[in-house]
Amino acid sequence: MTWTDYIPPLLEGAWVTVQLTLYSTVLGAVLAFVFGIGKLSPNWAFKAVSVAYIELFRGTSLLVQLFWLYFALPMAGMAMGIDLRLPPVLAGVLALGLNIGAYGAEVVRGAIAAVHQDQHEAARALNFSPRQTLWTIVIPQAIPEMMPSFGNLAVQNLKDTALVSLISLGDLTFRAEQIRNFTQDSTTIYSMLLVMYFAMALVVTVIMRGLERYASRWRTARS
Amino acid sequence: MTDPIIKFDKVVKRFGDLTVLDELDFEVKRGEKVSIIGPSGSGKSTVLRILMTLEGIQDGMVTVDGEPLWHQQGTNGLEPASEAHLRKMRGRLGMVFQQFNLFPHMTVLRNITEAPVKVLGMSKKDARVRAEELLERVGLADQASKYPHQLSGGQQQRVGIARALAMRPDILLFDEPTSALDPELVGEVLTVIGQLAEEHDLTMLLVTHEMRFAREVSDRVCFFDQGRIREQGAPEDLFTAPTEERTREFLKAVLN
Repeated sequence: MTWTDYIPPLLEGAWVTVQLTLYSTVLGAVLAFVFGIGKLSPNWAFKAVSVAYIELFRGTSLLVQLFWLYFALPMAGMAMGIDLRLPPVLAGVLALGLNIGAYGAEVVRGAIAAVHQDQHEAARALNFSPRQTLWTIVIPQAIPEMMPSFGNLAVQNLKDTALVSLISLGDLTFRAEQIRNFTQDSTTIYSMLLVMYFAMALVVTVIMRGLERYASRWRTARS
Repeated sequence: MTDPIIKFDKVVKRFGDLTVLDELDFEVKRGEKVSIIGPSGSGKSTVLRILMTLEGIQDGMVTVDGEPLWHQQGTNGLEPASEAHLRKMRGRLGMVFQQFNLFPHMTVLRNITEAPVKVLGMSKKDARVRAEELLERVGLADQASKYPHQLSGGQQQRVGIARALAMRPDILLFDEPTSALDPELVGEVLTVIGQLAEEHDLTMLLVTHEMRFAREVSDRVCFFDQGRIREQGAPEDLFTAPTEERTREFLKAVLN
């Protein structure tokens, strides 16, 4: 076997990695907005849930979260007589999304809090409701501030998907391990693995830059 | 129509230990144009911010159009105003800010149409027609599709005025509208405010350092000092023959 023979199985794994990254990043973004807004909410219950979520998932290891969802949750379910077995893909997307969402929530909270008080006052003077102020005045201005951090988190998330190989999900790292066990050609395989993750990270970076430019197009408008 | 549209009755406003308004009594008649002058920290902007419901009060009573602003009728007499009450009252007032406070992510047109559409429920088409009229009036008809950062400070402030007018307020509050502008841009904003002052129905409250302008446009000038009105009167009287020593000192300092 030469290195070119490794490409088809590795690409198959890479496709799984791409899907995991995409789904968990989207899930993470939704969670980031919900709980980032929640942490600033005047409603104490919403705020408490948001703080608890953010601290819990930032304060524990992603690997442990993943194992807990995949191995511990079904056991706990069994004890209660409920079937809580998750397919590996779902466990992987959930663990990654919940984890990245907790970090993203802090980014969302920070960006919203950074919108100048003047904007809130102008909105109040024009009689916008608090909800209208949040969604039409504050968040559109906060999003460009969030984008660089979101870009970092998305790349981080891509790299973190390698952990799901440990719950036997056939991602890029899992495939590479399989081939390595078979051929013992560690140098070639790990080198290819590095290059492929790097290439995917570049693509994610380019996509996030594009989104950033789109979200902040009003800042760069020229006459 | 002799009832005042704005009335401050022994209003107290404190920030911590600092008393900004000290049992202030103040009245404005419907359609009256009143300028508020005075040293910084004298509480003049605070009067506007209380009216716009951006700051609460500690004691006393503010009434707008005969209705309490910061209070509402409850089962046991007057209670602190709810958000719903404030929202209803706020619709009668508009404000022009020192720093313009335009929404940077919206075009000039949308800055003006957003609140009429979202808050008043006006149709997008009507709001647009109205916004174009207002832009015409402030001399910016050709700038509708620009973003605020593409405009000069004077143009931004004129958009700020159009935005406030789009909500059809009975009372328009100007909080040092030219203080953040380069000197050569002050004139264009004052021209627009001067034109508004000729509207019979609109009540205007103007906090300003532009003494000559205050003299030209106002029916009455109030000199604020240490949280109270130290002296007030028709502009020609107050500017030419102030009775209080404190007013004389202030005018001497700002006019030279």
